[in-house]
Amino acid sequence: MSESAPSAPPAPPKRPRRAADGLRPLEGPARASAYVCEAVSCLSAQSHDILLKLGEQVSGAGLKDVEVKRVGCLLLCASGPLVQIPGTGQLFSNVRPDDLDAIVEALADVTPGEQRAPEAPFFSRQRRIATENSGRIDPESLDDYVEKGGFEALRSVLTSMTPAQVREEITRSGLRGRGGAGYPTGLKWNTVAKAVGSPKYVICNADEGDPGAFMDRSVLESDPYRVIEGMAIAAYAVGASEGYVYCRAEYPLAVSRLRKAIHSAGRAGYLGLHILDSKLGFEVDVRLGAGAFVCGEETALIASVQGGRGTPTTRPPYPAVAGLWDQPTLINNVETFANIAPIIRKGGAWFAGIGTSTSKGTKVFALAGRVVNTGLIEVQMGTTLREIVFDIGGGIVDGRAFKAVQTGGPSGGCIPAEFLDMGVDYESLVGVGSFMGSGGMIVMDETSCMVDVARYFMDFCREESCGKCAPCRVGTTQLWILLDRISHGGATLDDLAQMERLGAMVQRTSLCGLGQGAPNPIFSTLRYFRDEYLAHIVDRVCPAGVCAIEPAPVPV
Amino acid sequence: MTTVHTFRINGSDVAGTDGQSILAVATENGIDIPTMCHLDGLSDTGSCRLCVVEVAGSSKLTPACTTLVSEGMDVSTTSEQLCGYRRTIIEMLFLERNHICAVCVANNHCDLQNLAEELKLDHFELPVIAPKVGIDASHALFAIDHNRCIMCVRCVRVCDEVEGAHTWDVMGSGIGVRVVTDMGTPWGESTSCTSCGKCVQVCPTGALFEKGRSIGEGSKERRPFLPYLKNQAQEPELT
Repeated sequence: MSESAPSAPPAPPKRPRRAADGLRPLEGPARASAYVCEAVSCLSAQSHDILLKLGEQVSGAGLKDVEVKRVGCLLLCASGPLVQIPGTGQLFSNVRPDDLDAIVEALADVTPGEQRAPEAPFFSRQRRIATENSGRIDPESLDDYVEKGGFEALRSVLTSMTPAQVREEITRSGLRGRGGAGYPTGLKWNTVAKAVGSPKYVICNADEGDPGAFMDRSVLESDPYRVIEGMAIAAYAVGASEGYVYCRAEYPLAVSRLRKAIHSAGRAGYLGLHILDSKLGFEVDVRLGAGAFVCGEETALIASVQGGRGTPTTRPPYPAVAGLWDQPTLINNVETFANIAPIIRKGGAWFAGIGTSTSKGTKVFALAGRVVNTGLIEVQMGTTLREIVFDIGGGIVDGRAFKAVQTGGPSGGCIPAEFLDMGVDYESLVGVGSFMGSGGMIVMDETSCMVDVARYFMDFCREESCGKCAPCRVGTTQLWILLDRISHGGATLDDLAQMERLGAMVQRTSLCGLGQGAPNPIFSTLRYFRDEYLAHIVDRVCPAGVCAIEPAPVPV
Repeated sequence: MTTVHTFRINGSDVAGTDGQSILAVATENGIDIPTMCHLDGLSDTGSCRLCVVEVAGSSKLTPACTTLVSEGMDVSTTSEQLCGYRRTIIEMLFLERNHICAVCVANNHCDLQNLAEELKLDHFELPVIAPKVGIDASHALFAIDHNRCIMCVRCVRVCDEVEGAHTWDVMGSGIGVRVVTDMGTPWGESTSCTSCGKCVQVCPTGALFEKGRSIGEGSKERRPFLPYLKNQAQEPELT
């Protein structure tokens, strides 16, 4: 080595290899394993204690060939802490640290070599692509990821494909952006690849802000290497050399796992200069958002990464042409990047064979609200809402009647029962006045008041508006005042007409997607539940009994 | 080499060069598009949304100040719907904070007032918001009355782009958004402010004003010392 070469960085202190933090390593191959969910919702229910206790009890019971492993999200988030035995397909929910005997017993009976998935429809009706490793690998172990075929796609791309072939494969797959708008990913990659400028950047948008949505968090917490692999493949395909993951600071576990993953992937040669001894050089860094919802909008995100105030700017120019530091920039969502490696591994045609004619592949939804099974689901595009709510979600709690499902977050809408048999894809949701969004899905029953729902989302938008453009800044507040008036029974039919006029104006004149989408909850609830608005205004009653209606003024 | 594009605004043929905005070409051709945040000589942010226009073939409205001209585009600036939207924007700006002209230092030389007159805004339909948002009079020569501010951020831009001081910036979100000096410290304690007064000169309303001047003394003494800020210089002097 020549003298000018930089000296190697000092080796980090050696740590003993452990199955998971705090557990002894197994000596031989494992006969059976217990997977303990350590994504943030289970962790907050003390799942780490369960991991340690279970480890103790397993060795106490003399089960030397049983491995207790930390894994990512096991999907049924509301019933955490969750422990799964992949050998038998059993899933233990609401596990308590002082009640682990059943798990230890089940572990003793596992037949080696068998693998079964849980049989409940919540699991069997799902189709896992972006979350295929979630709940199966230790999210902090590179070895585990590589063992499950990780970085194979990156290797095959670097050794046997040209960037153009990679882009062609992604185009053929029909993958569309999973951040919400559904822009064709292959087209975006081609635009960035053709844009003139160097260096180019790849940004992963992990600023997930919709109320009730946690798909991106789960992917980052459960399988961070997959996102890095997707970004590296994208960098090769568009000719980028630097990447950023823009993650909200409210996700500390996701950030810490992502940073560990970037560090260990770099040490193993999957990031950095000459990735896997190829010509590709690609570095990834994490940037934290300070909690502004609008920073999920790509131009605001870029401003924030640059250290400025996160406010959107008018497009064009689009980030693909002039983005970060005015250079061509590819921005994709976490889930989009999570779909890249499987597409490369199994081919674009395979991916295009899944889903509907316009929307390919699968979509991860955060199923929440008044359903029995709340948690994370990944279903094929075109799956009907009925399947999602009643088969996967297990129906409405307490056997109440289904009223609506809200998708798309604050820019989305409420879909009533008459569309339960509609297959979910980008076009169908827009057709019924809603929006795919990043994948929040809130199920509502007869105890939800639609005026209150619209008011809630408008309250969210008026606080999260960046204040740059007048229609969004003032308009969302004006709409909220009108909604508030309706929900208190103090509005007139003129107010309702005024609200519709103002909503249309805010939708058409706002600068970015936040303002343009903000009136959507009003329009969609008005479209299907106008009678509820009229009940509040004319009869001064809230049919669901949610809103506090003030008594009518006494005529003098 | 500069490319010339020919296109149509409101049915009449016009020509603009590469990189020119629709607004610039319209102004050259005597077509009036109302604006508030735009000021010649400063960068455009497209934030007041008053200059939105319709371009044939696009379902979206686009701001004339940040949209560059292209060959064959067909722009319409005066549809009834656009005028309605503009009137609502002005109405919302009036209702957002306190804009009572009779007790404002900028009465009779205020861009907001002029525009309201031009767009025939004669009454308000929406609820008044107008929270009390305070005045910062700690500077020796100038003061800011946030109650009159419409967040056009001309002051922020002139301070950054022309004076190079970047004393002004924006903080907060929603209607809680404010222009601030030196990251939120009182203006009088600002260490970056050069007291040049450019921000006061460009302010379209009575938010930024010189101390010691009554309404009767008229304008903010618009000295022609910012000649590149054209539409300020062209404003007729009040007698």
